[in-house]
Amino acid sequence: MSHTDLSTLPTTAFEDVATLSARRSARWHPGLAKVQGKALHSEVFAASREAAGAGAALALALDDWRNTPRGEGQESEDRRSILWVQTRDAARLTGRPYRAGLPAELQARVIHVLAEKVEDALFALEEGLRCRELAFVIGEVAGNAKALDFTASRRLTLTAQKHGVPLFMVRVDAARDLSSARMRWDVTSAPSAAPEWNAQAPGNPVWKAELFRARSHAPGEWLLSEKGGELAASKARGDADRAVANWTAGLQHRRTPRRA
Amino acid sequence: MTAHAADLSRPPPSQFRRILSIWLPAMAMDRWRQGAPERRKLDEMPLVLIADTAHGPRIEATNRAGATAGARKGMMLADARTLCPEIATAPYDPAGDLAFLEKLAVWAQRWGPWSAMDAPDGLLVDVTAVPHLFGGEQGLVADVAAAFARRELNVRCAIAPTAGAAWALSHYAAPGTILGGDEDAEARLGELPVAALRLDQDVITVLRRLGLKKLGELTTIGRDAIQRRFRNRKSPAANPLIRLDQLLGRVPEPLLPVVPQQMPLVQRRLLEPIRHRQLLDQVVEDLADDMARELESRGEGARRLELGLWRVDGEVAVRRLELAAATREAGHIVRLFAAKLDDIDAGFGIEMLRLRASWAEPLALDQGDIEAAAENHGIALSALVDRLSVRLGEGAVSRPVPFASHIPERAQRWQKPLEPEAASQGQLAFHKRPLKLLDKAERIAVLYATPDGYPQRFRWRGEVHEVVRVEGPERIAPEWWRERGATRLRDYYRIEDQRGRRYWIYRLGIVGDGRGGAPDWYLQGLCA
Repeated sequence: MSHTDLSTLPTTAFEDVATLSARRSARWHPGLAKVQGKALHSEVFAASREAAGAGAALALALDDWRNTPRGEGQESEDRRSILWVQTRDAARLTGRPYRAGLPAELQARVIHVLAEKVEDALFALEEGLRCRELAFVIGEVAGNAKALDFTASRRLTLTAQKHGVPLFMVRVDAARDLSSARMRWDVTSAPSAAPEWNAQAPGNPVWKAELFRARSHAPGEWLLSEKGGELAASKARGDADRAVANWTAGLQHRRTPRRA
Repeated sequence: MTAHAADLSRPPPSQFRRILSIWLPAMAMDRWRQGAPERRKLDEMPLVLIADTAHGPRIEATNRAGATAGARKGMMLADARTLCPEIATAPYDPAGDLAFLEKLAVWAQRWGPWSAMDAPDGLLVDVTAVPHLFGGEQGLVADVAAAFARRELNVRCAIAPTAGAAWALSHYAAPGTILGGDEDAEARLGELPVAALRLDQDVITVLRRLGLKKLGELTTIGRDAIQRRFRNRKSPAANPLIRLDQLLGRVPEPLLPVVPQQMPLVQRRLLEPIRHRQLLDQVVEDLADDMARELESRGEGARRLELGLWRVDGEVAVRRLELAAATREAGHIVRLFAAKLDDIDAGFGIEMLRLRASWAEPLALDQGDIEAAAENHGIALSALVDRLSVRLGEGAVSRPVPFASHIPERAQRWQKPLEPEAASQGQLAFHKRPLKLLDKAERIAVLYATPDGYPQRFRWRGEVHEVVRVEGPERIAPEWWRERGATRLRDYYRIEDQRGRRYWIYRLGIVGDGRGGAPDWYLQGLCA
C-alpha cells in the first residue's frame, strides 16, 4: 500500500492544502496510534441485537492502547483500569460485561458504572475522562437521547483532549445525529472465519466496520478481526478502495450530504 | 497425661510471652485520699467509702485504721458502726475509679507497648522482649513498684507467661513474683488458692464444698470429674477447667487492649443560625479546611466522615460519607458533601455544625499542589469512585469478580471497585464465554429444530435468526448443593446466525428428565 505511507509523515510535513488533503485521504489502518497518537473520541454505532458494538469498541481501544508509544519514564506494564459506563437501558438491551468473556488483559481491570439516566452517564463519562489513572473509557448509551446533543459530545471531546484519556462511545440503536466525535464508526457483525479444528463452530469475531466520518482520514469500510492479539483489517469492498486511492476522493466525500 | 501433653506443645523459651499483672489492692481509697490535701490528715482515723444499696449504706473500701477497727469490704455500715462508732464515711465513686484505671492503663504503657484494663482494680501489660530496657525482669518489677510508690498507690505485681498466671501471682503470691517461661507453672502455682483462678464467687463456694482449696488439688481428682460437674458452664469465669487451661497457657485468652485514640473532630458554633444554602456551603468549606489541617497534623486521611447539623429547634441532621481511599483534600470533601446537603431542611436555622472523621487511616504527607491550575490535573481514581458513588448511588460503581460457581450468571459477582479481589481458581480457558451477559436470560421460540437437538431457526425479540454455525453442547449441571432438586440442567450452544451475529443460547433440561415438560430455550449471552 503506497498511500498509507502518507499518514506516517509528521504534521509539519504538510505545508499546503493539497498535501494536507492528501493526508486526509490517507486511509485508516490498525496500529495508527504508533504515529498519530490515540484516537481520543470515537463513536461506534451498533444494533442492540448484537454485541458487535462493544466488541469492536474494545478491539479499537485495545489496538490504540497497545500501539501507543511509551515514553521512557512510564511504567513498563500498563495496569490502569478501564471505566465502562452503561445506562440502564443499554444494560437491559445488550447485557452487562461478562468477566470471563472479556479480553484476558482487561478481565481484572474493568470498573463498571450503571447510570439510571443519560445525564448521569454523561457525568460519569466526563469524570472518567478527567481521571488519568484510566487507560480508556467506554460508554454505552441507547437511542438518541436529548441530553446527548452536539454540546454534550463537544464537552466530552474537549475533556478527552485535555487529559488524554480516550473515549469510545457505543451508540446502541441510534441514528447518526450531530456529534463532535473525531472518528465515527458503524459496526455490524460479519460471518467469522472457520476455526482450524472445528469448521462448524463460530470462529473469532469479525466485524464489518464502516468509518463514515473521521477528521483526519478518508471514510472507508473494513472487516475487522483480532489475530494473535493484534487488530487486523481487510478491505471490505475493492471499488471503494479505488475511489479513495485518489486524494480528490476525500474532497468528494466531504461534499456528500451528511446523513442526519 | 495432661502434663505430658503440655510438654509437647510448649514452645522454646524465646517465644514465651511475658505479661505483667499489676494489682492495686486499695485503689479506691488511695484515689479518694489524693482527691484533696486535707484528706491526708484522716489517715489515722477509721474511714470507709460507702455505696447506697436497697438495704442501707454498704462499705466498699476501708483504710488501714478502719480495717484495724473491724470494718470490711461488703459489710453494712450499720454493722461497722456497732464495732467502731467513730468511723468516718465518704461516698464511693465507681465510675471515677474506672476512668482513673483507664488513665493508669495508658500510663502503664511505659513498661510495654500494649496494656489492658483488668477491672475493677488491675492492669495487664505485655512486656514481652521489653525487660532488658529496665535491666531485666527484676529491675522492671522494682521500677513498677517505685513508680507506683511515687504516686502513692499501693501495688502488687507479678510477671508470668500468661495473663491468668500473672493475675494469680499478683493477687495471691508475694509481691514481685516472677514466673519464668521455662519453669513448671503447675508446680509453682499449685499452692495458690482456687480463688486465684478468677472464678465467680459461687463457683469458688462449690469448689470449697468439694474440698478443693488449692490449685494443685484440682488435678488430683481427675479432669473428667470436674468436666462433668461444670459441663454446662461455658463462661470462663464459671468453669475452673477453662480458667486452669488459660492459666497454664493451653488455650488462648483474648485481652482487650486500651489504645488511646481521639477522633479528629472540628466544629463551628455559629453566632447567627444559618438559613441559606450559600452560607452553609461556606461553613462546610471552613470545616473541611480545619479537618484537612487536623488530619494533616496527625498524618492521617479520612475514610468516613460524619457531618452533624444542629438546628435551633432541637433537630439534628447527620450526613455520612465513605471514601474509597484515605483523603484529606478539603476541596474533595466539600464537593462530596455538596451533593448530600441538597435535602437539608434548615427550619429556623442551623446553629452548630460538627465534622467528625470516625474512621481515619494513616496517609503519608505529600508534596503540596505546586502547579497553579489544579483543574488541569486529572483526578485520582479513588476520588473518581467517590464522586461517582455519591452522585449515582452506592451500588452504581462496581467491578466484576469471579465467584466459584459453574452457573454462568452466578460465576460473576460485583464488588466495590477498589477493594482487593479475593483469591479464586483460574478460569478454564477452553470454554469460550460471551462478551456480555443479559441480566435475565430471554426465552426464544424455536421454529425449527435439527435432529441433533439444537435449533435451526429461532425467534428472539421479534426477529428470526437462522443458525449457520454451532458449537456445543456444553452441559452445565445444576449445583445440587445450592439449588432445589427439581432444577434442570442446561445445554449451552455457541451459535452464529446468517448475518454473523454470535449468541450463547441454552436449552433448559432435556426431554424425559422427569423435571417438567418439553424443555425451553433461552438466549443468555451476546458474543462479540
